[in-house]
Amino acid sequence: MFISISTTGTAERPASDLGFLLHKHPDKVQRFSTSHGEAHVFYPETGTESCTAAMLLDIDPIALVRKGRGKGRGGSPDFALAQYVNDRPYAASSLLAVALRTVFRTAMKGVCEQRPGLAEQPRPFRIALPAVPANGAGEEGGPAMVRRLFEPLGWQVEATAIPLDETFPEWGNSRYARVELSAEIRLADALQQLYVLLPVLDGAKHYWVAPDEVDKLLAAGEGWLGTHPELALITRRYLARRWSLTRTALERLELARLAEADDREAEEVDNAVDDTLEPNDTTEPNGATEPDGTPESNSGPGQRPDPTVAQESKPVSLGVLRREAILAALAEVGAVRVLDLGCGQGELVEALLKDIRVTEVLGVDVSSRALTAAARKLRLDRMSERQAARVRLVQGALTYTDDRLKGYDAAVLSEVIEHLDLPRLPALEYVVFGSARPGAVVVTTPNVEYNVRWETLPAGHVRHSDHRFEWTRAEFLAWAERIAADYGYSVTVRPVGPLDEQVGAPTQLALFRRTSEAGSEAGSTAAATATATTVTTEGSAAR
Amino acid sequence: MTNDTDTDTGTPAERPSTRSLPVTDVSLVVLVGTSGSGKSTFARRHFRPTEVVSSDFCRGLVADDENDQSASADAFDVLHYIVGKRLAAGRRTVVDATNVQPESRKQLIKLARDHDVLPIAIVLDLPQEVCAERNKARPDRQFAAHVIPRQQRELRRSLRGLEREGFRKVHILRGEAEVTAAEVVTEKRYNDLRELTGPFDIVGDIHGCRSELETLLTTLGYTLARDEQGRPVDAVHPEGRTPVFVGDLVDRGPDSPGVLRLVMGMVEAGHAICVPGNHENKLGRWMDGRKVTVSHGLQESIDQLAEESEEFRARVRAFMRGLVSHYLLDGGNLVVCHAGLPEKYHGRNSGRVRSHALYGDTTGETDEYGLPVRYPWAEEYRGRALVVYGHTPVPTASFVNNTICLDTGCVFGGSMTALRYPERELVTVEAEREWYAPVRPLHTDAPGGREGRPLDLQDVAGRRIVETTQHGRVSIREENAAAALEVMSRFALDPRLLAYLPPTMAPVATSRRDGFLEHPEEAFLGYRNDGVQQVICEEKHMGSRAVVLVARDEAALERRFGLAGSGAIWTRTGRAFLNDGELTDAVLERLRAAAERAGLFEELGTDWLLLDAELMPWSLKAVELLRRQYAAVGAAAGAALPEALAALRLGAARGLPLDELIGRQQQRSADAAAFTVAYRRYCWPTEGLTGLRLAPFQVLAAEGTNLAVRSHDEHLGWIDRLVAADDPAAPILHRTGRLLVDTSDAASVAAGVAWWEELTGAGGEGMVVKPLASLVRGGAGGRGGLVQPGVKVRGREYLRIIYGPDYTEHLGELRQRSLGHKRSLALREYALGLEALDRLAGAEPLWRVHEAVFAVLALESEPVDPRL
Repeated sequence: MFISISTTGTAERPASDLGFLLHKHPDKVQRFSTSHGEAHVFYPETGTESCTAAMLLDIDPIALVRKGRGKGRGGSPDFALAQYVNDRPYAASSLLAVALRTVFRTAMKGVCEQRPGLAEQPRPFRIALPAVPANGAGEEGGPAMVRRLFEPLGWQVEATAIPLDETFPEWGNSRYARVELSAEIRLADALQQLYVLLPVLDGAKHYWVAPDEVDKLLAAGEGWLGTHPELALITRRYLARRWSLTRTALERLELARLAEADDREAEEVDNAVDDTLEPNDTTEPNGATEPDGTPESNSGPGQRPDPTVAQESKPVSLGVLRREAILAALAEVGAVRVLDLGCGQGELVEALLKDIRVTEVLGVDVSSRALTAAARKLRLDRMSERQAARVRLVQGALTYTDDRLKGYDAAVLSEVIEHLDLPRLPALEYVVFGSARPGAVVVTTPNVEYNVRWETLPAGHVRHSDHRFEWTRAEFLAWAERIAADYGYSVTVRPVGPLDEQVGAPTQLALFRRTSEAGSEAGSTAAATATATTVTTEGSAAR
Repeated sequence: MTNDTDTDTGTPAERPSTRSLPVTDVSLVVLVGTSGSGKSTFARRHFRPTEVVSSDFCRGLVADDENDQSASADAFDVLHYIVGKRLAAGRRTVVDATNVQPESRKQLIKLARDHDVLPIAIVLDLPQEVCAERNKARPDRQFAAHVIPRQQRELRRSLRGLEREGFRKVHILRGEAEVTAAEVVTEKRYNDLRELTGPFDIVGDIHGCRSELETLLTTLGYTLARDEQGRPVDAVHPEGRTPVFVGDLVDRGPDSPGVLRLVMGMVEAGHAICVPGNHENKLGRWMDGRKVTVSHGLQESIDQLAEESEEFRARVRAFMRGLVSHYLLDGGNLVVCHAGLPEKYHGRNSGRVRSHALYGDTTGETDEYGLPVRYPWAEEYRGRALVVYGHTPVPTASFVNNTICLDTGCVFGGSMTALRYPERELVTVEAEREWYAPVRPLHTDAPGGREGRPLDLQDVAGRRIVETTQHGRVSIREENAAAALEVMSRFALDPRLLAYLPPTMAPVATSRRDGFLEHPEEAFLGYRNDGVQQVICEEKHMGSRAVVLVARDEAALERRFGLAGSGAIWTRTGRAFLNDGELTDAVLERLRAAAERAGLFEELGTDWLLLDAELMPWSLKAVELLRRQYAAVGAAAGAALPEALAALRLGAARGLPLDELIGRQQQRSADAAAFTVAYRRYCWPTEGLTGLRLAPFQVLAAEGTNLAVRSHDEHLGWIDRLVAADDPAAPILHRTGRLLVDTSDAASVAAGVAWWEELTGAGGEGMVVKPLASLVRGGAGGRGGLVQPGVKVRGREYLRIIYGPDYTEHLGELRQRSLGHKRSLALREYALGLEALDRLAGAEPLWRVHEAVFAVLALESEPVDPRL
């Protein structure tokens, strides 16, 4: 990991003053111990006209891993190979920021006792960083991100993307950029800005930074961060980082290991929480947010909308409309004991509990993480006894029959079926309609025809990267009719959300009502009873 | 106020000086007596302090005052709670409360019944003056004067009805003398034979098949003793083994009296143990003159017994009456009964325990033959004791959750089975003929596993123990099952196809050789120490693991796996390997055609094959990982290190002492370059089938057989034929190089080392060393634990991908790696994999196969150093 800081000068203001500014003698090689390795400071050149100081941070990757062990901060020794085959020794990451602060502490404070006044003077600096990780995390990364962060501060930015591997040009560019920053600036400001912005650029998993270091970073932003046009971005990426810290500390690593057993990133497998966040928070096309259709943006918690960042007021979101439609359907059938199958982070559970007619809600999800998030969101631990007695959250998988699901008035499958591979759908159908057999079932799923109305969604893309399929209105209706016929239910299908003449509404809802008691325990495949099945489609929007 | 004390008191003169009060070791003892009758003193004298729960004490617990009568309701809640917990744990409990009212006793009797223990009453019936006097002596007891007489009246009214209330033993002590003379004697339960440790030979259902029973006993090594008419009346084993019969000796078959003569003889001589079956129960009731429906082969017994003497019939009646529904044996590690028993009933005593032991549990439904559908209790069994039972005819006996059903339907033309315990070996004798036509065909699945029932969450979720033939009980922790559930339900293929997941493999013991972390010498030495002479070294392909199920035609897959299609290819975690269905089909078609041409379907008598393979290139599946991780590290290093070096050299040119740093950075630079070269070898572009390489190395299973236990040269023989039969124009099947090594021959070992050096020198990942015979046990005579089924020996350069570009600079620290957990995990997963294949071969129901497959996935989420 390497950084060089150069300046130019004249006889009056010799470049070699850099030694005084940095408090490091140009003719010495100095070694400093930092928390993650040894930092070496030396001057490749020094003179009146130009002077360059360099810091080489020699990181021991094995010590790095060992350092994290047993700290309960995600430093688990077994977590991931990622820790062993790691860019940290090479890339200018937050470790470099921490080292800068350790080695150039005085310079960063803007103090230069030997040459009073020197530190207060701006002078031309050129800072070279051969490999800066600039993660996109849902936005354009690489050089663009570097420019976005540094140019508003007055830096002239030269940033070039580094290809992943010239042998495989099809792999494209890496997330690293070679960066040269030039500006007429006070050294202390330059260092502070690097100290804050390098970790923001990095934005990567950085398990070994203690939470208090995050606060130190924020303190370093004083004086310039508040007016930065990308304040929101910077803040969000901080929070994302902090969130990932807590996450690795609190969440279990079993899933990550399974992902790794399959040569996959943990986020590819442990992505259930975002799945459930998206559908409910997506607004209609003329609203402020957009569907999550780009694969990049599904890379984990990093892009969770920051609740602290003020958002402009926007129209009622599709998620809210959908919940209202579901509650209305449940009220229609008079359901008081309700299953929320695939409850995610508990948005619907929360809404159900606000309806006093509902006496019992069983939220089921396969993701332990989603259940933990739901319990937090619902504040289960602080709920009054009477309220708490109405709700239970349990892990379950809808491809396995489950006795706990039997005997309910209604079950809700809100934006769930499309997260299952189509060949696995019959298993869910049997579990819900054949085995659990609630009095009514409410199913919602996207209407794929409507996707053309999302301007931000590229043609042919599904709304969420984990959607295994999205159905047209005709496909959904055909499915609903078949299910109803096979399992002894009647069904009505209705649109949810703004109704478009050509493509319908963004969401479609099916309300099934049980018409036959048969088939519950028979273990036979779909109880193709002679029960008359009624299917109606309602033309009007739910709202 | 009447004083009836004198009239009801017995005549003390007739009583013996001490009187024994038998009390069962696991029971609920209810003391009955008025306040001041001396219950607490009595309890203290005869029972351990922890056995006694007193209402006064509970009052104190909830109200800080043992005499606070207003706290009685709460106090009794606590008392009942404690009693319930103790009884659930099988501990004798004495309730010290007045218990003079029927309602209070009723609750206690219910508690005893709920926990299937005997309720026993001990009544202290003392003159009320004595009680009043005693209470007066206690300053803390301030009762109103009417309390004791009232209690006394209630007590007297209760005395006669105690047995009717449900107490199985009632001891009434009248007067102080009797109380003083009483002596509590602890009795064992009838079903408690824990002191008998065997060895046992447990025999399944017989149903009058005397001849097969004789053959079975002889096969087991027993010598039969015969009466003067040549009929067997006893059997003795030279090594003193004890036969245990699980019942259903009679009915349906040709010679129920003959079976009874033999078994009764053995039991009466103390040579055997027998529990009753439902058929004994019914025959006994018939013999007692009770009204029973003569069906299910009872008529045969009735007719046959009519031929016997009255004396013999009387003996049979007595025998039937004396049978105990189930037995605890071998320190509680073995439970034998006829129809199976959940753990909470073991050693318990109640009507429902007996009923379950004789008839089992049913769901309340009946099947298409009008027979009750059995409740799958064994599926839920998680107990410590091995439960051996019969009752439900199954084609072959197999262990389910530490239970085994030994009824293999001899009378229906199946076989008669015995289990050697503790060896856990099955001994089977075929039926001589079909003696009785079955109402329904023998089940094709394990008892309780209803044909084709969908998978249930109970099959996989939570903390579980999976019984494996090769490695005993493997336990799965809840958090691992939870993670596996998420992956299995969100990402994996249909479990019907997913008959196997590959186990993890441990690396070779760490090498001390300079510059190496892994070296083949340790592998050969390790196997030599395990007593394995012949090992096979197989080239380790660096791609991604793929399990392939290939069907001969669509119908074959549907027939066997319930889903139409050409087969499936999946990853270590059960995901579809290729997202592209067409490409998957193209690969499967190549394999199918090759297997057809090679004649493998014919030879193995199957229309499908399950293969273990490596699919290359690595970049095919891992391209995202390569981009984000491996190539990224190479790119960062490639950008950063040269620039740092250039600056260092400038500094050195200025005369700065930077030589050491330059040296180190140069080394890093070289290591990083080597790292990039290492991963690049396993990446190349593919287009459809072009560039794709599949290297199968094992044929795991075919119809009706687990082939994974066959020797590796046999496997590679099949594989070579498969590879040779591939389309020569554009082959995708890839051979696996191999070398046989004799671990006891230095020259052979040296050749093995040289082969590895050659492989890795040419950029190969390394090799896997396996015992040639595949499944091998260590220890004397191969009766010890499993030997590692293989160890990987990875190349020095390849390990840069695993341990980081410059791991070679840190070998000292890295050698401290600990392999124990990984090796243990490898064995457990291996055994589970074999278990899944065994269950698949045995055409067991889906949940049984899935249970083992799911367990492999769950274990894969155990914390273990991922670099191993």
